[in-house]
Amino acid sequence: MSISPFIIAFVGVIGLLGIGFYGLMVCRNLIKIVIALQILVKAALLGLMAAGNLNGQINLSQSMALTVIVADTIVAVMGIALGVQIRRRVGTLDVRELSRLKG
Amino acid sequence: MLFGPLIIVTIIFALQAILAKQLITSALWLAGVSALCSVLFFLFGAQLVAVIELSVGAGLVTVLFVFAISVAGDDAMDATPVPPRLLSVGLAAIFILLLGWFILPASADTLPVSAIANPPLAQVLWQERGLDLIVQVVLIFSGVLGLLGLLAEVRPPLDASMAGEVGARRQRDLHAMESQISNPQEAGK
Repeated sequence: MSISPFIIAFVGVIGLLGIGFYGLMVCRNLIKIVIALQILVKAALLGLMAAGNLNGQINLSQSMALTVIVADTIVAVMGIALGVQIRRRVGTLDVRELSRLKG
Repeated sequence: MLFGPLIIVTIIFALQAILAKQLITSALWLAGVSALCSVLFFLFGAQLVAVIELSVGAGLVTVLFVFAISVAGDDAMDATPVPPRLLSVGLAAIFILLLGWFILPASADTLPVSAIANPPLAQVLWQERGLDLIVQVVLIFSGVLGLLGLLAEVRPPLDASMAGEVGARRQRDLHAMESQISNPQEAGK
């Protein structure tokens, strides 16, 4: 019995979501957190494509995925810019150090 | 099929992106994840999204990451995560198991297949999902504005000496104009 490609894709979606979730919990570097967010979004996109193909509505999935890609890129760019500014002003990218700042 | 090995390699790349000590290595593993995801999209029949993911996800975002890391510096700091590592692994495993429990029983045979025909992409993109395009334009515009605001250099206030210098220059110009008015013949010569 061969496993359906959709099941394999959904296993990949679950794996990527788990890795991204783990990265969000473990990482302390601000840029690494943005990378973990990117992995989560890749998982969501993969799930969207697999569901669209399974449902026979791949073009609808594509048009939705375009919006997700645009929003994801904006989030990445803003996160990176925020990280660069925080590094310039505070001198660290460690989120634990940032949460200790007062005033 | 190609799907199994591709998914396994994608998961390995994503794991490496999280576990890598250096930020630049992490960004390069993420570019690999993007490239593999775009291959998967292509195999699922989404050619447009595959091309955009390859150019934006693996190209633009990686360049931005490399630029940011070169500006902000590549500090390796994976000493002790905020929650203990074991707790994080346990929570992620519970998350994966729960998600698998809810998603995976829906196999290809049991999922309902829509009876609606698959309209062409241009019709879906420009007519049915026209609002999404407006949202995308607004997102890009606000993103560019936010980026400019974040990356703008703060100008220091004018020093007193500089203000004095500007004032003295204005006084000099004023005197020159007054002398021109009082002695037009000398100014004409």
